[in-house]
Amino acid sequence: MQACLDRIQAVEGRIHAFISYDAADALAQADAADKAIAGGAKGKPLLGVPIALKDVIAVRGQPLNCGSKILGKFISPYSATVVEKLQAAGAIVFGRLNMDEFAMGSSTENSAFGPTHNPWDTSRIPGGSSGGSAAAVAADECIAALGTDTGGSIRQPAALCGCVGMKPTYGRVSRYGLVAFASSLDQIGTFAKNIRDTAMVLGAISGQDPRDSTSVPVAVPDYTAALDGNVKGLKLGLVKEYAVGGADPEIQAAVDAAVKHFEKLGAEIVEISLPHTDYAVATYYIVATAEASANLARFDGIRYGARVDGVDPIDLYCKTRGAGFGAEVKRRIILGAYVLSSGYYDAFYLRAQKVRTLIRQDFTNAFAKVDAIITPTSPTPAFKIGEKTSDPLQMFLSDIFTISCNLAGICGLSLPCGFTREPKLPIGLQLLGKSFGEETILKLAHAYEQSTSWHTERPVLT
Amino acid sequence: MAGDFDVKYVAHLARIGLTQDEQEKFGAQLANILGYIEKLNQLDVSKIEPTAHAVPLVNVFRADEVRPGLTNEEALRNAPAAANGLFMVPKIVE
Repeated sequence: MQACLDRIQAVEGRIHAFISYDAADALAQADAADKAIAGGAKGKPLLGVPIALKDVIAVRGQPLNCGSKILGKFISPYSATVVEKLQAAGAIVFGRLNMDEFAMGSSTENSAFGPTHNPWDTSRIPGGSSGGSAAAVAADECIAALGTDTGGSIRQPAALCGCVGMKPTYGRVSRYGLVAFASSLDQIGTFAKNIRDTAMVLGAISGQDPRDSTSVPVAVPDYTAALDGNVKGLKLGLVKEYAVGGADPEIQAAVDAAVKHFEKLGAEIVEISLPHTDYAVATYYIVATAEASANLARFDGIRYGARVDGVDPIDLYCKTRGAGFGAEVKRRIILGAYVLSSGYYDAFYLRAQKVRTLIRQDFTNAFAKVDAIITPTSPTPAFKIGEKTSDPLQMFLSDIFTISCNLAGICGLSLPCGFTREPKLPIGLQLLGKSFGEETILKLAHAYEQSTSWHTERPVLT
Repeated sequence: MAGDFDVKYVAHLARIGLTQDEQEKFGAQLANILGYIEKLNQLDVSKIEPTAHAVPLVNVFRADEVRPGLTNEEALRNAPAAANGLFMVPKIVE
C-alpha cells in the first residue's frame, strides 16, 4: 500500500486519476492486513491488495460524487455489495477514481473535477467513462480497480491505457450501491495489469445478491482455474461487418496479427456476421438516454446533494439541475425525456427496444458457431484532450465495437495487443463471450497474454 | 421528426433549466443526433418483440420482513436543508 501511495505522490500531479483518496485510512487497512497475514489468515485471496474504485460505487463514510457537482458533499450511508465482497476477500479498498460525469462519455473530459491524463501521453485522454480507473492501474497507482461499463466504459479506457478491462455478463455482479445510469445496460467490472489478477478480482466480486434483483443465480466458478493455456479447437469469430473501414490502420494491423497468433495457438478462426451492427449506436443512445432520464430524476435537490433555491419546487428542481449537471448529462437527459415523451415513445423507445432484440439475436446466432468473438476495442488510439468535445455524435460513434455487447447483455474484455508507432500509444484487443462465458474469454486472453509481451510494457513517467 | 424538436419544452419536462446559449447549442446538437437515430426507421420491426432486459428474470420475490434500514439521522445527513427530523422544501400549498 505504501508503494502505491508513494507512486501516487510521484505521478498523480500529471495523471489526475483520483478525485480524492484517504491515505491514513488506506494505511490503517494495510496494517490490519499485515496483522492478518502474520496471524496466518486463510480464505482471503486478495489480502492486502490495494484496489481503487470509480467514483460511482458507494463506500460507507466516504464521498460519492459520480464526477458531478450535483451531489455536493454527499457521504455514502452504506457500502456497495462489491465493496463488502472485496473487503471480505481481504482487499484494501481505497480512493475515488475520476470519471465522466454519471459515466456519460468516452474520454473522462466530462468530469466536474477536471480531466484525467493518459499515462502514455499526458496530453491525451485516458478514454472513458472509467478513465480514472484505467489510468490509475496503468500508472501503477493501484494494483487493480473497479469501474462500470454501460457501452464500453471499462473496455475502451483499458484499451487506451494499455491494461486489462473486463465487463462481466449482465447480472454476474451485484449493482447494489452503484449509482444507476442505464439500468438495463450497466455492469460493474474490473481493471488489472494482467489476466490472472482480472480473474481473481472478478471471482471475488461475482455472484447473486438478494439486494440486487437483477443479479442472476448462476454459480461462480474459480476463474483462475480456466487459465490453463489450452485454446486448441476453440472457435474465434471475426465479424464481417467490422472489417470495412472501421478501425485505424495501425489498430487493424495489430488485431490482424493477434488473430494470426491465436491461429498459431491452435484456435480456429471463423467468419461470422452481425447484420444489425449498423443500428447499434442509434439503439444504444435511445435506450441508454431514456433510462438515464428516469434514473437521474432523483437528483432534484430535495433529499441529498446540492440545492439551488427557487420560488416553488419546480423552480428549485430546474435551477438545481441546471446548475448541478454538466453539458453532456443535460443533453442526454433531455434526449431521453424526448424519446420517452408522449407521441414519441413508440417511434423511438419502443422501436429501439425491438431493434435491441434483433441485435441480441445476431449474437445468439453468432455464438451458435463460435466460442468467442475477436474485434478491436476502440477504432482509434487515445486522442488529444479537447479534440472531440465539440461534437457529441462523433464521440458516440467511437463506441461502435463495444456498445453491442451491453445491448446483448454478454461479457467482454479488452487486453493489450500492441502499440501505435509514433507516438507510442496502447492498442486494445476485444474478446466477446457468451452470457456467463467469462471463463472462455479469460482462457483465450490468458493464452494470448502469456505468449506475447505487450502486458509487460509500462508507460514512462519519470 | 427531428425538425419539430423543441429543446426548451423538453428541458422543462426534464426539469432542467437551460441558459439561452445552452438552448441554442443543445438544440442544434440534439437535432443532429435525432437525425442520426432516425436510421432505425429503415428496419421493419412489426413482428419483433421488444427487449427490456438482456437476461429475462421474472418475479424475483423476497419474504416481506422488516429489515434494518437507515436511521432518521443517517437519512438526513446528506440533506441540503433539514429541521425537526424532516427534509425542508419550498412551500407547496398556501
